[in-house]
Amino acid sequence: MRLELRGAGGGRLGALAGLGPGGGAALALPGCLLYTRTGSAPHLTRDTLRAVRGVPAVAQLTLPALAELHEVLEEYKEGAAKFIGMPDTVLYCSLQDPVAPCPSGYNTNKTVSLWGNSGRMEMTPSKFMDIQRAIKPDWFQCISDGDTVSGEVSRKRAKKSVDRSLSFLDVCLQLLEKSPELQGSVMIGAIEGGDILEERLRSARETAKRPVGGFLLDGFQGRAIAKETKLKLIASVTAELPEDKPRIIHGIGKPDEVLECIERGVDIFESFFPFQVTERGCALSFSYDYHPNPEAAVLKQNGVQDPEKNNAEKDQDGISRADPEITPFEIFLKDKRYQDDFGPLLEGCTCYCCQRHTRAYVHHLLVTNELLAGVLLMMHNFQHYFSFFSAIRDALRHNKLDQLKKLIFTQALQGPTNAKPGQKSQWHGSPHHATP
Amino acid sequence: MAAPAPAPAPLLRVVAECARSRARAGELRLPHGAVPCPVFMPVGTRGTAKGVTAAQLDALGCRICLGNTYHLGTRPGPELVQRAGGLHGFMDWPHNLLTDSGGFQMVSLVALSEVTEEGVRFRSPYGDEELLLSPEKSMEIQNALGADIVMQLDDVVSSTTTGPRVEEAMRRSVRWLDRCIAANRHPERQHLFAIIQGGLDPALRTKCLEEMTRRDVPGFAIGGLSGGEEKAQFWRMVKLSTERLPRDKPRYLMGVGYATDLVVCVALGCDMFDCVFPTRTARFGSALVPWGSLQLKNKQFAKDFRPIDEDCGCPTCQGYSRAYLHALLRSDTAALHHLTVHNIAYQLQLMRSVRESILAQRFPQFVRDFMRTMYGSRDKYPAWAVEALASVRIPLD
Ligand SMILES: [Zn+2]
Ligand SMILES: [Zn+2]
Repeated sequence: MRLELRGAGGGRLGALAGLGPGGGAALALPGCLLYTRTGSAPHLTRDTLRAVRGVPAVAQLTLPALAELHEVLEEYKEGAAKFIGMPDTVLYCSLQDPVAPCPSGYNTNKTVSLWGNSGRMEMTPSKFMDIQRAIKPDWFQCISDGDTVSGEVSRKRAKKSVDRSLSFLDVCLQLLEKSPELQGSVMIGAIEGGDILEERLRSARETAKRPVGGFLLDGFQGRAIAKETKLKLIASVTAELPEDKPRIIHGIGKPDEVLECIERGVDIFESFFPFQVTERGCALSFSYDYHPNPEAAVLKQNGVQDPEKNNAEKDQDGISRADPEITPFEIFLKDKRYQDDFGPLLEGCTCYCCQRHTRAYVHHLLVTNELLAGVLLMMHNFQHYFSFFSAIRDALRHNKLDQLKKLIFTQALQGPTNAKPGQKSQWHGSPHHATP
Repeated sequence: MAAPAPAPAPLLRVVAECARSRARAGELRLPHGAVPCPVFMPVGTRGTAKGVTAAQLDALGCRICLGNTYHLGTRPGPELVQRAGGLHGFMDWPHNLLTDSGGFQMVSLVALSEVTEEGVRFRSPYGDEELLLSPEKSMEIQNALGADIVMQLDDVVSSTTTGPRVEEAMRRSVRWLDRCIAANRHPERQHLFAIIQGGLDPALRTKCLEEMTRRDVPGFAIGGLSGGEEKAQFWRMVKLSTERLPRDKPRYLMGVGYATDLVVCVALGCDMFDCVFPTRTARFGSALVPWGSLQLKNKQFAKDFRPIDEDCGCPTCQGYSRAYLHALLRSDTAALHHLTVHNIAYQLQLMRSVRESILAQRFPQFVRDFMRTMYGSRDKYPAWAVEALASVRIPLD
């Protein structure tokens, strides 16, 4: 794995090259990972995933799901990539599932808790490394204590998260050296420290001293840390990290937040966001076409907005309530107003769903609880999200990140496209939020 | 008849007939392309085949599938589907479609339904108003949906019903057939099938066959079976029907989809089948294989690294093991899609093999091999299947 950076203003444009079994794969940066559940792109089979354009070369496995398969993988012997039917995909194994809530208060100096289908699993560093030996991922997040994301975290707790994570890292690095099965695997060190700047800096400096292949900015999930603080911490942390190793962040997925992190030196994101959008019956509809006049582009892609009609009232079946989490970047297709809308999910989209189906059809599948709704929405949302990252790289290449940012932030401020007024998410409704 | 108009090309072209049994191989010449038969038609109740995309269904070789008039007629409604370019346009399906009449679902799903000479009266599940599904209304909806094959509204009684109600239903179905023929606005591109009724009473069924075959319809369905009757009665009613149906028109046995039933009923002379079973059972974690089925949720598959069926060429078997599917069934609906794809592939492959064996004049041998693989030994063969096959000169030994 080697990081190639092409100096570009406002972000780290480049690629992680030399990935995968033959070293032929590359992940363009800034980029995202393919989110999976038990090694499968949600809702999708190999055929339907293949129809999605721009799928990242690296997929994210989540340890809670894989840990439950430890025995199976041990007996299988050939590693998770082949087991999940993606033998050619580069795998990154994260400690937690970004979509599954992780209860607080279960980590100790010796163990970290994971939550799978069958409940809590306690991981010691040696158990953790045993599982990694069975998974044989290309990269994996080292076991760490990231339990600092739920509400008030004391300075003492933040310090503990750093101390524990460093000690886990040292043990795991030693075990890694002694594991012939993992000689092709790269360990990613997690940077912890909650919202305490000194602890974050200490975590970054200490982790950077160790032979890790890259860094994970952990503990920025959720809304416990105020946005401005988060961004400051991220900028301070990346400033401490060596340029030549990739920086991954967990729990950040919304387009505006992604851009803010990229400006602060983050390289790699997850793609749980399009999955969450799919799960609430929505289609990503934001524009990232920053070339024309941004105001016009927004109007063009969303159609003329009629505020009266923007309320997702329950329809006659009484089932279509808008999810309060709905962001301004998506449309709620279960809304009754789409029942006879014969346009594609998004005008101009080249995905399988938009090329073949209408909003009315997807609306019908949603209100009748047909499984195909999830399949089609996932295809569209993934492709749109992956294309967004491609647009980011394009903007960086042409020194146009400011234009793209302006376009995205204009949309972020529109208020949720369908949700009722007052249902704005905390993040977007935050008084700290300002268009740059 | 004098100076007949040029007769429309017949729907069915028989390509080969088994020299022993009544099995035949043919081709249905439908508006959206030819369909080789015998054929199994997957059911896409609401304009979708259960999580499988139209492109996947196409790639599996499916050339005709079903939509349910009752479901589509209530949601999203015929007007909307029509505006979307018919059901083909709405679900973006380039091949053929068949819609049922809506009557069966009505009677089986809606508790408050009442059958009169006018039609089936029922209370809308999405409102309080009382609605009437008449033969004319059924045709109107089916014309709006635009399927290539449409079904007459029939008076459905459970196959286990006895007494005068069975005869009433049979005679009413004949009268309703005439009303449907008169009401079909697109006979040239929407082929209307009659549905043979008459319960398990040979005399009534024979009467129904006599009446209906007198009408000029493009095809016939055998209805009123597969509803919990004894298999011994089931196959006799199927055979009685196929014996009296014209050779040159397709015969559609409704609601039949178990592998053994398909093979036996092809031997008895049926051409078309539909059933929710393969897709429904997939959603419970069951994979169909030539020797029965695998309940992939069972623990025994947790470390079974073989594909569902080593000889299956479907995308699921080409890419995934039983162990992986077992694990995935616990976490994501993609597992159900993998199984649905496999089960549809299994059904379609089974029918392709049946057809090839008829073309090659080795259908009886195919049946014997099929039964051996499915049941292992002769003593496990279901008696009804042995009897039915013997009745068409395919002895099993
Ligand atoms: Zn699309
Ligand atoms: Zn298969």
